[in-house]
Amino acid sequence: MTAAGASLLERLVELEEKGLAAIAAAGTEEALEEARVAYLGRNGALADLMGRIGSVEPEARPRVGQRANAAKQALSGALESRTRELATGTEERGGARVDLTLPGRRPWVGGVHPVTRVIDEICDIFKDLGFTRVQGPELETTWYNFTALNIPLDHPAADMMDTFYLDEDVILRTHTSPVQARVMESHAPPVRVVVPGLAYRRDSFDPSHAPAFEQIEGLAVDEGVDFIEFRSAIDHFVGRFFGRDTKSRFRPSFYPFTEPSAEVDVTCTVCRGSGCPTCKRTGWITIMGSGMVDPAVFEAVGYDPERYTGYAFGMGPGRIAMVRHGVPDMRMLYEGDVRFLEQFA
Amino acid sequence: MNVSFNWLRELAPGLEGTPEEIAARFSRVAAAVEALEPVGAELDGVVVGRVLEVRPHPNADRLRLCRVDAGGDAVEVVCGAPRIDRDGLYPYVPAGATLPGGFTIESREIRGEMSHGMLCSEMELRLGRDRGGIMRLPDDLEPGTALTEALGLPDVRLTLDLNPNRVDLACHMGAARELAPGGDASLRPREFGGPGWSPEWRGDEREGEGAGVRVRIEDATRCPRYLAAVVRGVRVRPSPAWLSGRLLATGAQPINNVVDATNYVLRERNQPLHAFDLGTLAGSEIRVRAAIAGEPLRTLDGEARELTPAATVIADRDRAVGLAGVMGGRDTQVTPDTVDVLIECAFFDPSSVRSTARSCGFATDASYRFERGIDPRGQEAALARCVELILAIAGGQADPIGVRVGREPGEAPVLGLRASRVRQVLGLDLAVSEIAGLLAPIGFHTLSSDEGAGEVRVRVPGWRGDVAREIDLVEEVARRYGYDEVPREPRRFRPSVVPEDPAVRRAARVREMLVAGGLLETRSLSFVPEEHRGSRAIVAVPNPLSAEESYLRSGMVPVLLRRVEHNHARGRRDVRLFEIGAVFAYAADPRPPADSKNAGLERFAETLRVGAVWTGRREPPHWDGGAGDFGLWDLKGQAEVVARRLLDGHLEPLAGGEDPEADRLAAGWLEVDGFRLVAQGRTVGVAGSVRPGALDAPPWAASAWGLEFDLGAVRERAAVVFRPISSFPAVRRDLAVTVPVSVRAADVETALRETASDLLESVELFDVYEGAGVAEGRKSLGWAFRFRAQDRTLTDDEVEGEMTALSATLEKRFDARIRTS
Repeated sequence: MTAAGASLLERLVELEEKGLAAIAAAGTEEALEEARVAYLGRNGALADLMGRIGSVEPEARPRVGQRANAAKQALSGALESRTRELATGTEERGGARVDLTLPGRRPWVGGVHPVTRVIDEICDIFKDLGFTRVQGPELETTWYNFTALNIPLDHPAADMMDTFYLDEDVILRTHTSPVQARVMESHAPPVRVVVPGLAYRRDSFDPSHAPAFEQIEGLAVDEGVDFIEFRSAIDHFVGRFFGRDTKSRFRPSFYPFTEPSAEVDVTCTVCRGSGCPTCKRTGWITIMGSGMVDPAVFEAVGYDPERYTGYAFGMGPGRIAMVRHGVPDMRMLYEGDVRFLEQFA
Repeated sequence: MNVSFNWLRELAPGLEGTPEEIAARFSRVAAAVEALEPVGAELDGVVVGRVLEVRPHPNADRLRLCRVDAGGDAVEVVCGAPRIDRDGLYPYVPAGATLPGGFTIESREIRGEMSHGMLCSEMELRLGRDRGGIMRLPDDLEPGTALTEALGLPDVRLTLDLNPNRVDLACHMGAARELAPGGDASLRPREFGGPGWSPEWRGDEREGEGAGVRVRIEDATRCPRYLAAVVRGVRVRPSPAWLSGRLLATGAQPINNVVDATNYVLRERNQPLHAFDLGTLAGSEIRVRAAIAGEPLRTLDGEARELTPAATVIADRDRAVGLAGVMGGRDTQVTPDTVDVLIECAFFDPSSVRSTARSCGFATDASYRFERGIDPRGQEAALARCVELILAIAGGQADPIGVRVGREPGEAPVLGLRASRVRQVLGLDLAVSEIAGLLAPIGFHTLSSDEGAGEVRVRVPGWRGDVAREIDLVEEVARRYGYDEVPREPRRFRPSVVPEDPAVRRAARVREMLVAGGLLETRSLSFVPEEHRGSRAIVAVPNPLSAEESYLRSGMVPVLLRRVEHNHARGRRDVRLFEIGAVFAYAADPRPPADSKNAGLERFAETLRVGAVWTGRREPPHWDGGAGDFGLWDLKGQAEVVARRLLDGHLEPLAGGEDPEADRLAAGWLEVDGFRLVAQGRTVGVAGSVRPGALDAPPWAASAWGLEFDLGAVRERAAVVFRPISSFPAVRRDLAVTVPVSVRAADVETALRETASDLLESVELFDVYEGAGVAEGRKSLGWAFRFRAQDRTLTDDEVEGEMTALSATLEKRFDARIRTS
């Protein structure tokens, strides 16, 4: 580019910068008008430079012209915005010029799935109790899913979880509990883990069941971990997650991999215990299965059952999310309906 | 499993409380009570009616006129039941009274005949299910008696949700034992008021003969014990009212006094029994054996079954007459004409009963209990109890010989429990005597309790087959102590030695970025069709829930596209979704498993994947002018940010076909002119336009865009090293060049960056133009540069030098022509 063209371009760039600064600095409508006249006016600086484009050699003219237009647009835009800003100030003094009740320009709002949120909150509470968050495979062997957890394959207990088999060795895990065995095999105590993940059971897909659903497994094993610690940890969790006025109760239950086993109920979050359809009028909702780790599990993973004790629990964050948000049908969690998801965004 | 509240109170003296209180207590100490249901509530006006006369209705074939004695003057009732016996007793609702549910009966004309009241079925009274007729009442009732009083109602039915280890709670003795203030020893089974039965037993391990019958166990594994009693000369008729009421309260239908007696004992003490009409048993023989393949049997429910050897049967000399532990046969059942009965009381092997029930595809009250394990030593007492009840309510003579075949059950096991173990597991400091005191009421008799040795030894009752180890006793102690009575004391803890799974952090970073970009997270089940609009899944599930979704997903975008279709079907045009989850394939090169515990997993590849889809407007509509639809450059920008920020990689156009990794990741949905995400020299993701056939979109839908990458490729953010921010001004320069249209902008930019010195702060493409003013076959690219030095203000000469070098590079490398020179 020749010297004339290049220099004009430079001056345009400079003018744009100065002009933008002057507009921004204008504190009153009068000052703004002065800036407009100085830069964008008929005899203003921009008009002056544009007048000189003709003197530039022809090949360079389109480039310079383009630059000049860009500068003009930038300055006009800034002037308009600043005019509005000053008008807002005017409105405060009683003279409305812009209808500020008009809708603003909003971006799309994204959102985390409500079940993810429940999982994260639960795991965060247990992190404060020294737990780490781990994951495990959804495809499992029958050894990890059943045998290591003291579940004989032909026992009626296996009925409780009708299983999807991929072949004779490999299944879709029926719970997140096999991760317990995997973690203990590879780490000596103290072990404290929470394990969120999908589990699979051959349940029909209906308002309260799904053939795949999220579960959170918890496991704490060390010397001296007893039922009192277990009870206290769960109480701590219930108070933090459901609120301090929420009570918990433990009921006898059965899991092959815990002994004693307990189901944990909390005060119904909908009716606060007075009885409603959500809690089937009992005032309680069941939130987890749990218990002290069965010595047979310790033996299967090579821990000394006379030395170590521990507790384990499993929760369904999907069901908890349903109760928390009043979602009537479990299938809604998995449909990907934007009208559902946006409510949690 | 259903339990009658009245029955529990009868068994457990001193048991106080409302049904709700009892249910709550039971839930806390034993097993959950799922429901409380009143039985015989709202039956205030219903009375016992005797049908004195039955005549045809003159104007209706299906209706009949009955004269009914309901305690006062006889009344006329029109009734449509298929069978009404003269002199039979039925529930009668007089005109003016109300049925459960609020329907009030009026006197009214039915086809020209007046009907004053109504004879009712079980269903109409909410006492049971429809059996195709009206409810026949026991013969021992006085007409006019209130029905509730006659049947020992109202009662409350407790529905128990039993855990598989506590089948002992499935009977009233078992449930009452947990509740009775005085424990097991205080339970008071009903007095039947008839003669007792203490037989002389005959028989050995394989067979036995006596009382005119012969019993032979042909498969001792399937049937360890078989006891039989014979009662001759019974009068089969409806059960007395108290017994009918008990059965109705538990949800069982009274059938006749003999059958009801076996059902009563089942519900009282968990031992299934079966009554045969002895006259129908060929050769008066009982054989317990495996079924023969193809052997026919019509069971009590009327089903004609063809058996397999997986089933165990009770047979007589000629044929199968019952499914062992599951259900009797129709041809040998007790009927009103039966005179002599054989009562079976056996211990069948749990897994054999399971196999029998499975092979026939059904389960019964009996099979439920056998499968979970009944008391192996309870047969003598249960059989005697049943015979006594039959003698009391059906009369007849019990043969003083009982037949008993099979092995003697072993001694009940003895278990020791250390107080130190209780302390270790529960944290409770209990004395040995306190532990013994907790266990005794539920039938664990203390053999020795030595405070010095710190151990209690107990005999496990026969009905608690689930208690086999010390730890099982620890649970009993905890349960009887009360889970909720255990104190809460925060304990010190050592934090976990297990490191957090890096996938957790990776997923969190991905989620944060995509949500900030306006996407909504979805969660889907992993099941997909084998093929869906050109996307083919790989791993089949042999026993799927539905034939349509019998594969595991092998990619995320196809799953999300189905979610887009779901939203399109609901009229929604703007959809932006993402999901993080596992996808499945077969392993490309299976390595041998680490050990036998993992054997099989090597055949599969389970990978965590991220998918995202966009379709519709780029921004929400706005009155001041709207944005256009999400398009190629939006997609590319999103993918670039993901590649750079999350993967520490970059984006490349995918020339199509030559990248097997890209094919694996795209799984059939990606249009040919897409992109690949490259990190560490590997293709770890793909992005681009969704092939039109991969989405069934309505005509008004916008084009769809997808992005998919491996979660494992997400890198930890490297520690950022701060670059000083210069306090000197920048110099801006623009440069417009024309280049042949085949030149790629990215190559030009790379060349510019390589050529410039480190004074170049930024370079940006601000204009692309083809057309008038630019030569045919060429395009104009406008670049904006910003130069800056850390330590000084740049001079014109320095900047001109940079610009000259950049121009020279472009001219040389890309046949560029500077537009203004």
